[in-house]
Amino acid sequence: MLKHIFKRLLLLIPTLFGVITLVFFMIALAPGDPARVMLGERANAQQLEQLREELGLDKPLIQQYGLYLSRIVRLDLGKSITSGQQIKDEISERFPATIELAIWAMIFASTIGIIVGVTSARKRNSWIDYTAMGGSLVGVSMPVFWLGLVLIMIFSVWLDLLPTGGRMNVRYYFQPITNFYILDGIILWIREGNSQYLVSAFQHLILPTIALGTIPLAIIARTTRSSMLEVLQQDYIKTARSAGIKERRVVFRYALKNALLPVITIIGLQFGLLLSGAILTETVFSWPGIGKWIYVAIGARDYPAVQGGIIFISVFFVLINLVVDILYSVINPKIRMQ
Amino acid sequence: MKRTLALVCMLVLIAPFALFAGGAQESAPVVAANPEDSKMGGVLVFGRSGDSVGLDPGRETDGESFYGSTAVFDTLVEFIPGETAVKPALAESWKVSDDGLTYTFNLRSGVKFHDGTPFNAEAVVFSFERQFVETHAYYDLGPWKYWGYMDMSNIVDSVVAVDDLTVQFNLQHVEAPFLANLAMDFASIVSPTAVAKYGEDFKNNPVGTGAFKFVSWNKDSEIVFERNADYWDGPVYLDRLILKVIPDATARWLALQKGEVDLIDFPSTEDIADMRAASDIQVIQQAGLNVGYLALNTQKAPFDNKLVRQAINYAIDKSEIIEGVYGEAGQEAKNPLPPTMWSYNDDIMAYPYDPAKAKELLAEAGLADGFDMELWAMPVARPYNPNARKIAEIMQAQLSKVGVTAEIISYEWGTYLGKTDQGEHQAAMLGWTGDNGDPDNFLWVLLSEPAAIPPAGNIAMWKNSEFTDLCRQAKEVADQDAREALYREAQEIFHEEAPWVPIAHSVVTVPAKTNVKDFVIYPTGKRVFKHVWLEK
Repeated sequence: MLKHIFKRLLLLIPTLFGVITLVFFMIALAPGDPARVMLGERANAQQLEQLREELGLDKPLIQQYGLYLSRIVRLDLGKSITSGQQIKDEISERFPATIELAIWAMIFASTIGIIVGVTSARKRNSWIDYTAMGGSLVGVSMPVFWLGLVLIMIFSVWLDLLPTGGRMNVRYYFQPITNFYILDGIILWIREGNSQYLVSAFQHLILPTIALGTIPLAIIARTTRSSMLEVLQQDYIKTARSAGIKERRVVFRYALKNALLPVITIIGLQFGLLLSGAILTETVFSWPGIGKWIYVAIGARDYPAVQGGIIFISVFFVLINLVVDILYSVINPKIRMQ
Repeated sequence: MKRTLALVCMLVLIAPFALFAGGAQESAPVVAANPEDSKMGGVLVFGRSGDSVGLDPGRETDGESFYGSTAVFDTLVEFIPGETAVKPALAESWKVSDDGLTYTFNLRSGVKFHDGTPFNAEAVVFSFERQFVETHAYYDLGPWKYWGYMDMSNIVDSVVAVDDLTVQFNLQHVEAPFLANLAMDFASIVSPTAVAKYGEDFKNNPVGTGAFKFVSWNKDSEIVFERNADYWDGPVYLDRLILKVIPDATARWLALQKGEVDLIDFPSTEDIADMRAASDIQVIQQAGLNVGYLALNTQKAPFDNKLVRQAINYAIDKSEIIEGVYGEAGQEAKNPLPPTMWSYNDDIMAYPYDPAKAKELLAEAGLADGFDMELWAMPVARPYNPNARKIAEIMQAQLSKVGVTAEIISYEWGTYLGKTDQGEHQAAMLGWTGDNGDPDNFLWVLLSEPAAIPPAGNIAMWKNSEFTDLCRQAKEVADQDAREALYREAQEIFHEEAPWVPIAHSVVTVPAKTNVKDFVIYPTGKRVFKHVWLEK
């Protein structure tokens, strides 16, 4: 098992090298002079030259690449051009917000997705099945931005139930402790006996969770259904049924366990995708996470920040995949043996 | 089984709402119990599109950063609300020497920084010297970009504390717009003690003399300020001011409707009609300090001929452009200066839309059969021009009516700027947003002879010595009336020579709850809340 993990970790190195190289050249070879774009209408020759030097754009591309690689190896992502802050600080300030939202969105998507998928499979070709699968088709093709705005319109403006965006009621003057607001809310509840922070953090999470979780929910539901259907056709299920074992036990005890294997892979992949896909959700819901931060950095042509952000997300994505693989082999010993 | 599953589904979906529905209302602003003054108290939340980069006004260059620093800091002179002229602020009065090279400021006494240290001449010298004296202990906290943008190192020679409440600026050459520069955010007076205490981190812990004290900042989310009870220009009515980041324009409008915020920045144009219709919303508007224009390259045929340039001005129907592209967010331009700028010459009559006259002028110039031209349009939305390519298409159709065939050309933004400032274009759209509220910041930067040297700010490459001389003289006299007369005359020359087709000034719109009182849009783009109050 350890050997398996170690091998997988080693395989990370070429993957990351590829990602870093790709990100560097994608941005370096993008048309236009970043210094020009950053200074806009007010550039004069002296400022342009100064900024190019600051960005290292006056050096040959290969040399820029070499310098870049050597910095990355030392885990130095450099400084953001717009803020002058260390990029790793900028990321660590915002990452908890993204992770918190992604975790909730995944819990939401997995729970409901699996329930819907299993129900559909059991009631195959019934109206429940058609509704669920039709609904999931709508879910997959839903533009997140639009869904977010509609949710705000209905639940915040019309029904006046939930806030329109942000992570906490700004009038509470909340000072984060861990930057995971639900956790902070619990800590403050225990420490000060005041539950308002927890309640507010939870309220602020609901709509973005639904918006971000809808697409993965639909995908998980569909995967669960088809995987479940396949398993329910297997001989051992037929055997179990003919042995007179209760249907509930057959489905949940014997079928589901095997049917969930591909679902876990999908959940892992979706979780990785959520991190990058959160850009739109974070923008609609004013969620101060890393997706929105990268989006702003792209607009400002803050190249070091864009590079740093993409590399960070890629590393995270790859690590999630690793964890999924390990989980997979824990659940399914056949894989471990290979 | 079926029932159980359905029940579980329902519970999961409904539980969050049921649990917290009761507590979902945002709490009402805290009202200070002060019967003597009904204006006192309240928390104002401003929904804006992006976060500040930093709150040290000397270091930053973006409007969002200045929104925050304006609350915390004061300048020696400040803009009159809603205007571009300046009035005394931390300096009670000033004198300009006869040669125009020395400005002596008498500082307000008894003013304190938020950290309790006194505001004095030494603090003024500190705030400026850190930006240009390379041996200054905090010079390295830079780069001091705006100091560079405004070319201050070539204007200011030294800043000297004459006594505790008198500061003298010695200039390298006569430069009347210098005074307006001192009203800009980069010229804010910072607490030397706080800079020494926080160092690099001063940008996250700003300390000034302003109407609001900095309280806290959650990045990309909100910045909180509280009233400075000892403010010299008080009383400050709001208990707290919160700048909240809501990046999406529609989401900002929804938040305003719900009452989570009291006023919002940059609404999307399509929503403005709805905002006007809402009974509890007021729409505050003003032409911005900007201009979008089509520059006709006067060094290239046929635009080296004044008649052709005038013909193009007659051939373009600006009302169609405003209607089709700017909508509520734009106002037709006739001068290079925006209408909120002092010395704006309103006596000038815009070129009317008159294709017949245009053809006549073209014939006079020997181009009765028209000509082919390149029409450059930038690829990005700018504050002064939301959609240059669409404008180019409208112009193209209009020009074809007078026999001019325009080919629309666009480059990636950086390339576009690089090519236009070298004068490679025949006709190109561009624009400008003013910094210091001084006409010099438009006319000199965009139209003078020196500005036509690549990389040119004057992308019409227009070299008119009469115009340039007027602008130069206006730089050199300190008397505002005299300057105004010179700039008015310069605008007449501009109009006659027609190096541009001025297109539009974008209109700044700030929708607010109707209980937000005395909020004034500053032409220079500042958002100032020191005298804003909430009707209870």
